[in-house]
Amino acid sequence: MDTAIKDHASLAEQFNTDEPRVNWHDETLWWVRQKRDKIAWTIPEWETLRETASRIKHNVLGNLHQYLLEFEQQALKNGAVVHWAADAEEHNRIVLQLLQQQGVQRIVKSKSMLTEECHLNPYLAANGIEVVDTDLGERIVQLAKEPPSHIVLPCIHKKKEEIGDLFHEHLGTPAGNADPQFLTAAARAHLRKEFLQSRVAITGVNFAVAETGELVVCTNEGNADMGAHLADVHIACMGIEKIVPQRRHLGVFLRLLARSATGQPITTYSSHFRRPKPGQQLHIVLVDNGRSRQLGREDFRNSLKCIRCGACMNTCPVYRRSGGHSYHNAIAGPIGAILAPNLDIRQYADLPFASTLCGSCSNVCPVKIDIHQQLYKWRQVITQEGQAAASKTAGMQLVTAVLSRPGLYRLAGRAGRWVMRVAPGLVNNRFNPWYKQREMPPPPHSSFAAWYKKNRR
Amino acid sequence: MNSRERILQAVKASQPEGAALPDLDALAAPRPVDLEGYRKVTESMGSRLLEIRQESEIPALVREYLPGIEQVVAVNPHWYGGDIPAGWQTGDGRQLQQADLAIVKAQLGVAENGALWITEQELQVRVLPFIAQHLAVVLAVEDLVPTMHHAYERIGDQHTGFGVFIAGPSKTADIEQSLVLGAHGAKSLTIFLKV
Repeated sequence: MDTAIKDHASLAEQFNTDEPRVNWHDETLWWVRQKRDKIAWTIPEWETLRETASRIKHNVLGNLHQYLLEFEQQALKNGAVVHWAADAEEHNRIVLQLLQQQGVQRIVKSKSMLTEECHLNPYLAANGIEVVDTDLGERIVQLAKEPPSHIVLPCIHKKKEEIGDLFHEHLGTPAGNADPQFLTAAARAHLRKEFLQSRVAITGVNFAVAETGELVVCTNEGNADMGAHLADVHIACMGIEKIVPQRRHLGVFLRLLARSATGQPITTYSSHFRRPKPGQQLHIVLVDNGRSRQLGREDFRNSLKCIRCGACMNTCPVYRRSGGHSYHNAIAGPIGAILAPNLDIRQYADLPFASTLCGSCSNVCPVKIDIHQQLYKWRQVITQEGQAAASKTAGMQLVTAVLSRPGLYRLAGRAGRWVMRVAPGLVNNRFNPWYKQREMPPPPHSSFAAWYKKNRR
Repeated sequence: MNSRERILQAVKASQPEGAALPDLDALAAPRPVDLEGYRKVTESMGSRLLEIRQESEIPALVREYLPGIEQVVAVNPHWYGGDIPAGWQTGDGRQLQQADLAIVKAQLGVAENGALWITEQELQVRVLPFIAQHLAVVLAVEDLVPTMHHAYERIGDQHTGFGVFIAGPSKTADIEQSLVLGAHGAKSLTIFLKV
């Protein structure tokens, strides 16, 4: 995929050149969505849980200042070191400094979408430090020199044969072996060496408890724990919105997270890090990077409730058929499309338009973010700020001109029906974007207004 | 002004009116433990559930269900008849890389999702349940609670440096959504449910 192009429609078009693969991608993610439904329906209080989670997060947004102070105080009491980073650049600088103090050249990192957002890996590489991503999916895309295409399933776009080839090239597995069991065992052996050698481990954070200063990290693989417990220095990177008020609130979120993400009752490991182990250092990097700005946007602040389960991606008809890379942002899909314009409205002006506004994302969101409404609102902001694509602006002006003049509207309708009847080739051709991947419908014989006049009683 | 102050000030200026926290009492209201559901969910998570009357049954069960196990680290030496490597508690965790099986105790188990709450008090070495090739956990049936809400009620304000819910063997489905047990942590989880 040519990632120099930063436009969802063009990138999606590239993804769509391989139709069987698109269908496979679509069906795989829909299967994950179905697993989510199946398990959600076994919990009678599911809707209560969603509502409760949303309200807890609402309380967090309204009291974030106080909770951050409380969290910091507790974390310090626990023996952690707390760092504050205003933006991605400062976050990267803090992490680099910690690594340079340790004099390490190679470290392990478990999944952290925040470090993807900050582009930590390339920054550290430029400073001579190699990061080994230890989540299997992340390791695979790292070997392929690609970003993750999904926040929970980083290499969901890859076929096992491609993974077999990557492992053959980088890990020396036999050529042509694409058995998931075999490849996972090879990755286990390879990454175990990395865990045992690494003196520093970076992890992400799923939840940070203000009341206790503890961090909760959820994985199925156990990679965060293998890294963090064997390291002399554990660096945990988190966005400031990850705070939950009290420990007992974790019960609500841990019941929702894995069920929404993959249809499991809970992740295999939900680890609660409170104090560094004796002799170990625990560093917590609290990152703003636009979050306080988003908090101030009344229409968009609810996006900060996100717990990164990925359910909105799995259900999205556009994501499933366009692939995560078409969003050219660390977080793809519907939630990515409402978070990204806050980071850079110009660069991500296309993303809120990459949606049918069907609302499926909002329906599955475990913290009830009004995702599709925010997509619609971003479109308005983007258009008002003059950031919409020129073709969209021109098209809207033309439509406005026609729709505001009844006579012209009727004339255009008649002309359109006539053209589609006598010269369908003028519509059914590659210059008409509506003709791509579909046939145009046969034109009706009359307009609805004419039909109604004739048939009304 | 440093970043800490800048961030805190920006948050304070941007945050909306505070809303009250929702009540969790209804979710945490007493309800029966669904033992049958617990059996099913542990199986679905890829664990093996074995009922025992006393811990002395463990060694024979280990030999039966986990043949070929050599090095065993049991946090209670009475739970395992064979040799436990001396001084396994001392070191940075790497001393456990040859462990084939770890046998530990859970403080409580959650019936709805099969999760076992284990803290560093029980583990003694934090990395033990992750680095060992296989994991076995002893759980008393009376320590089963219905849901995560009840689990956190029980945990309360317990002050532990590290605690973890473990709900099965380590696993991944990153390759074409094919479930594979044994990603980085234990390849199998055996629960000795003491009834």
